[in-house]
Amino acid sequence: MPPADERPLVELATAGPTACPQPSASCSFPSACAPGFTRAVRCNAAGCGDSSYPADGAAAYPGNAISTTKYTAASFVPKSLFEQFRRAANCFFLVVACVSFSPLAPYRAVSVLLPLVVVVGAAMAKEAVEDWRRKQQDIEVNNRKVEVYDGTKSFHQTEWKKLQVGDIVKVKKDEFFPADLLLLSSSYEDGICYVETMNLDGETNLKRKQSLDVTASLNEGHSFHSFKAFIQCEDPNEKLYSFLGTLYYNEQQYPLSPQQILLRDSKLRNTNVIYGIVIFTGHDTKVMQNAMEPPSKRSSVERRMDKIIYLLFVILLTIACFGSIMFGIKTRAELSAGNYMWYLRPDNSSILFDPNRVSFAAFCHFLTSLMLYVCLVPISLYISIEIVKVLQSTFINQDQNMYCEESDKPARARTSNLNEELGQVHTILSDKTGTLTCNSMEFLKCSIAGVAYGNRPIEVQMPYGGIEEECGYIGHKDAIKSVRSVKGFNFTDDRLMNGKWSNESHREAIEMFFRVLAVCHTAIPVADRNSVGISYEAESPDEGALVTAASEFGFEFYHRTQTTVSVHEYEPVYGRKVDRTYKLLNTLEFSSARKRMSVIVRTEEGQLFLFCKGADSVILERLSKDNGKACLNNTKCHIGEYSEAGLRTLALAYRELTEDEYVAWNMEYSAAKNSVHTDHDAAVDEASENIEKDLVLLGATAVEDRLQKGVPECIHKLALAGIKIWILTGDKLETAVNIGYACNLLRKGMEEVYITLDNPGTNAPVEYDGEGSRMAPHEQIARKLQDAERQISLKGTSTPFALIIDGNALTHALTGSLKSLFLDLAVDCASVLCCRISPKQKALITRLVKTRIRKTTLAIGDGANDVGMLQEADIGVGISGAEGMQAVMASDFAIAQFRFLERLLLVHGHWCYRRIAAMICYFFFKNITFGFTLFWFEAHAMFSAQPGYNDWFISFYNVAFTSLPVIALGVFDKDVSSRVCLEVPSLHQDGVNNLFFSWSRILSWMLNGMCCSIIIFFGALNAVLIQAVRQDGRVAGFDILGVTMYTCVVWTVNCQLALYISYFTWIQHVVIWGSILIWYSFLVIYGSFPASISTSAYHVFWEACASSPLYWLSTLVIVVTALIPFFLYKITQSLFYPQHRDQVQRTNSKELVAQ
Amino acid sequence: MSNQAVGSSSGGSGDGDAPRRNSRKPKYSKFTQQELPACKPILTPKWVISVFLLVGIIFVPIGLVSLMASRKVVEIVDRYDDACVPDNMTDKLAYIQNSTIPKTCTRTLKVPKDMKSPIFVYYQLDNFYQNHRRYVKSRSDTQLRDANKANDTSTCDPEGMINGTAIVPCGLIAWSIFNDTYAFVHNSKNLTVDKKDISWKSDREHKFGSDVFPKNFQKGALIGGKALDPTIPLSQQEDLIVWMRTAALPTFRKLYGRILVDLKQNDTVTVTLENNYNTYSFGGKKKLVLSTSTWLGGKNDFLGLAYLTVGGLCFFLAFAFTLLYLIKPRKLGDSNYLSWNRSPAGR
Repeated sequence: MPPADERPLVELATAGPTACPQPSASCSFPSACAPGFTRAVRCNAAGCGDSSYPADGAAAYPGNAISTTKYTAASFVPKSLFEQFRRAANCFFLVVACVSFSPLAPYRAVSVLLPLVVVVGAAMAKEAVEDWRRKQQDIEVNNRKVEVYDGTKSFHQTEWKKLQVGDIVKVKKDEFFPADLLLLSSSYEDGICYVETMNLDGETNLKRKQSLDVTASLNEGHSFHSFKAFIQCEDPNEKLYSFLGTLYYNEQQYPLSPQQILLRDSKLRNTNVIYGIVIFTGHDTKVMQNAMEPPSKRSSVERRMDKIIYLLFVILLTIACFGSIMFGIKTRAELSAGNYMWYLRPDNSSILFDPNRVSFAAFCHFLTSLMLYVCLVPISLYISIEIVKVLQSTFINQDQNMYCEESDKPARARTSNLNEELGQVHTILSDKTGTLTCNSMEFLKCSIAGVAYGNRPIEVQMPYGGIEEECGYIGHKDAIKSVRSVKGFNFTDDRLMNGKWSNESHREAIEMFFRVLAVCHTAIPVADRNSVGISYEAESPDEGALVTAASEFGFEFYHRTQTTVSVHEYEPVYGRKVDRTYKLLNTLEFSSARKRMSVIVRTEEGQLFLFCKGADSVILERLSKDNGKACLNNTKCHIGEYSEAGLRTLALAYRELTEDEYVAWNMEYSAAKNSVHTDHDAAVDEASENIEKDLVLLGATAVEDRLQKGVPECIHKLALAGIKIWILTGDKLETAVNIGYACNLLRKGMEEVYITLDNPGTNAPVEYDGEGSRMAPHEQIARKLQDAERQISLKGTSTPFALIIDGNALTHALTGSLKSLFLDLAVDCASVLCCRISPKQKALITRLVKTRIRKTTLAIGDGANDVGMLQEADIGVGISGAEGMQAVMASDFAIAQFRFLERLLLVHGHWCYRRIAAMICYFFFKNITFGFTLFWFEAHAMFSAQPGYNDWFISFYNVAFTSLPVIALGVFDKDVSSRVCLEVPSLHQDGVNNLFFSWSRILSWMLNGMCCSIIIFFGALNAVLIQAVRQDGRVAGFDILGVTMYTCVVWTVNCQLALYISYFTWIQHVVIWGSILIWYSFLVIYGSFPASISTSAYHVFWEACASSPLYWLSTLVIVVTALIPFFLYKITQSLFYPQHRDQVQRTNSKELVAQ
Repeated sequence: MSNQAVGSSSGGSGDGDAPRRNSRKPKYSKFTQQELPACKPILTPKWVISVFLLVGIIFVPIGLVSLMASRKVVEIVDRYDDACVPDNMTDKLAYIQNSTIPKTCTRTLKVPKDMKSPIFVYYQLDNFYQNHRRYVKSRSDTQLRDANKANDTSTCDPEGMINGTAIVPCGLIAWSIFNDTYAFVHNSKNLTVDKKDISWKSDREHKFGSDVFPKNFQKGALIGGKALDPTIPLSQQEDLIVWMRTAALPTFRKLYGRILVDLKQNDTVTVTLENNYNTYSFGGKKKLVLSTSTWLGGKNDFLGLAYLTVGGLCFFLAFAFTLLYLIKPRKLGDSNYLSWNRSPAGR
């Protein structure tokens, strides 16, 4: 209901926004502001004091400067620190670092703090750099120049950031609008201008904007001197396509619509100059209001990684606990006779070791142990993964094989944290139009008055074999099209072309048909610069194709003003073209709910016509009774044929109106149009409904949407890879099925299961349907689903099934108990096709699949209607195609064409998944190996939490000696080449089944780590034992044992990596052997620091180890022994239980040798 | 969204009708296309067998040589903690803590094999946790190094201060220094024990100051171990330096000195020792060890055995894999097994 606001609805005799509004006679300023409509803009600041304007509402609105940065200079440190320590692991390390300043610490505090500082510092530096870039961008934007009216009859340049609400600005051709403006006038007399909204919604077509007639004459500097106006309008909001407001000017009030609003960041085109009033500035602008962080997604690997980290925490707590208990027992025993360790002075002990207060000492020991084993939790894991993922994304962005030559677009990974998820995709939910098809429409066939025209073959109808050939030459389309190179028109029929239609029997109908095509649309003609022809900027490619077709048939639309449409019409009587101008009275716009658009025009002869085009279902419902039966049936039959052939059909109709009828309706319509309340749209729709009836059917058009290059092959590959593909489309069932066949989703030999409502007319999904009327279709669907399930279970797995379900049926299938039934059925089917569904249903299905199947879902789409689906799915892939950038903006990955999905999933997905999984497993392995050697040592030191190594050895372990190889593993490792990935799509199943990151694999890596630690510790222990370790009779102390063990650990973990990876480039060699070298150099350099710094590592390498053959020999044997278990596992697995991958690897290497 | 929007507007996009300046095609490089030349080792049976053979061939000789080296070492180990307690003393603890009882004890060692000089003299303690954290930390490195930092005893409790003055060297380690002494007689001739250069050079030169002298050492109520000559700087107190290089394990040997005389097989060496050090209270053992050394150090078969075991295992594995390979040859890279060959690409 409209708000209880006494503001008189402006009664206008207007014809919608395209006609000029007449000011109402009674005009008063609103006494109170309706909620949500509080913004008051007083134009021309000089007039502020004028008493005829209300003084309130002059609240200071923010300036036009914007800031998109996350931090400010002051808030950077606290805020980014907070961000960093939100991660559990980092927080844990911080606590540990703090505690390490107390005497509890097993080693010096700085050695705990430094790695943390390095890791957090690196992450913060990354944040800072990113934010700095944003800042630079903001500064650039804020300092752009714009001309603003200075109140002295002239305009002067100023920076964007200095603009205020109410300023009058002058924007020139090809400049961006600095803020949301109210269009006052343009260099065109009627106040129109064209804008490109690429940066807002990605749409590249030009949109026409038009000022109010009263302001259209204000197009010179001095005219603004006396211009004073007041604007009352809605509060800032994020709706790009709506605007409600009122202009108070010259004691009159005028309603404002989106037609007069120029949005920030869109661009003025084809117009020399415009003048506008600033309404919304800075962060109030619609584009900034739209700015919000996309929902952040995490990959399943990362979610599992968190669990592993928790597992490590548990291990950490367990061994710390165990150590503390043992320590308590041992410490208590210190005092007992026969075990009195006088050298520890238990009689005069410090609180931490006091045998008389064992439990407290044990508790302190527990804290100390937590610090000691902190290296079990890999501090550098997060940052390493982040680095790796960024590099992986770079590879995706840089892949030449995913670069589309035609559109000059490479693939883009818009988020880097889902790379590995690509390798685990189980279900793909795909849009059809623009995703599978090119979305470049071609007028192919038509049916006029029951006669079918057009004899070109339909490409999409060709079987798969043919497609392949077809795709070959889509690339050089121009060559085959040399005969007729009109884009969007692929029609040959001698009966209609070149004016021959006048010889047909139903000439009038044909003429009317063409006229509807030429007049009923919202396209804008643009004179081609390089040729004499006219091209059209249309809202949708379908419309463009239809207008082009009209022009080819001899009805060339060439000019549009706000109130007229001019057409060169072929007049068969004269045999030449005559110019006709139609007076455009109303445009009833297209919407996905209405599925039709109409125009009401007055011809030069004064007749009134309503021209209507729309989906056949809605048009056929609205025909008058006196339509020819034969014509109607034929047309229906043709529409059926066309859609079966995979063409997009529209029905065309018209209606002649009488003057009275029109005037009466127009009153109703403009009232609805000018109502300023929430039901505005519904009221307009209802009014439109009242005139779009009793139509006379003219015929139907069929437009072909070509399949994109490589789609059938891609789908075939993805199917071989075991990926389920669902197509979700708004198209008709027949069209969808046909496309399904064309793109190889449905194949011969597949059993098709249709779930539709038998009588869809009565079951339009109405929200407020009574329970009774709802039950019937609900049960019907339930029965069908059960039948289908039974059918499938009978046939077993021998035949693949395809499920085809339509939107109406889906409404029921997605409610309540049927949900799971539907999903079970869908899972059993190889392909699923959902047609006639709405964007919301797309998102609903995606959510259902994602939550119920619990496997990775990927949604791919190209249009604004896919945004919900893309955001809902685990991975959203946007096609940066013809339908604008909205899908891309909402996506995680953007590719130019559907076929690149194959490479994205099978190659990059496979690699990234394997790399990340291996990397994480290895990370845990190396930390367990290291951490447990510490534990074994502690067990030999009376569980006194004495670390076995020098402080700095421990802190550099993750940062220096083992970090680079693991990053190289994550970035560069490759089990098979990209060629093999594509040739053997079944490799993808490894990812779907999460083979490389299964718990068994993770745990075996951990077990391997345990083994290695045991071998290393006990090997080193027994090698140096008690005897002399050198010829000069000196024995090994704590320091030498530590160095020996540590050397073995560094060698083992690095060699283990070398054993694991199967792909050695110079990078791998450098990082692996380099890391070992770093360890030795570290040992030498650190050892030559003064003894006060290096303590137990002082000179230990040169003096004691390097000259001892025992040290080198024990390193060799221990490292080799530690590697044997994994090596044996690898051999037995690849020789006796070869996995697919091993075989593929081998075949591949054999082929390479053969070459 | 706006970030992108603002970004692209400042990036000057929307160049729809401007001539295409430069293509956004990714530049080709082997790196970005992930096509760097690489070697891809594949585990073929031949590879596996050769790797195992190679490891075996390298390890077995090393093992033999190491084992020989270890076996060449002649070692005399004599446990004397129990034997040196007079038979009439049942309470060992009372014996060792009673300073009035003479602690001198004589042991006779028989040389099992020829021993070439230098012969290293070690004392071996057992169940002595020199690696206990409390013990390890109870020292002051700065004090040991720098004469001016004698008061830096904060880490040394409870052996840091005595009557308000600093102990040098402070801490539990120094306090508990080993104080048994050995004197050797061979063929009724005194064997001189060379106690020079038994510590690490870096310790003497950089960790223990040549101008730092013991002060207030072993002056407390409880005497821990040996008293140090306050006129000799720490850098020359080699027994202390050796003792303070803490051992990693509860059983350890420390170098006592060298005997620079060759001993013949079946010679007897008489050791007169002062059994002062208390290991009785915690049930530790004390051993005197005389040992020669080789290039590999002292007597420890572990390394040799480890090499032999691993080498042998590798030979065994090489053999086993060869056998398997001969019995059940697997045709590698048989592409018939691969699924895309099994079901030809459907169309």
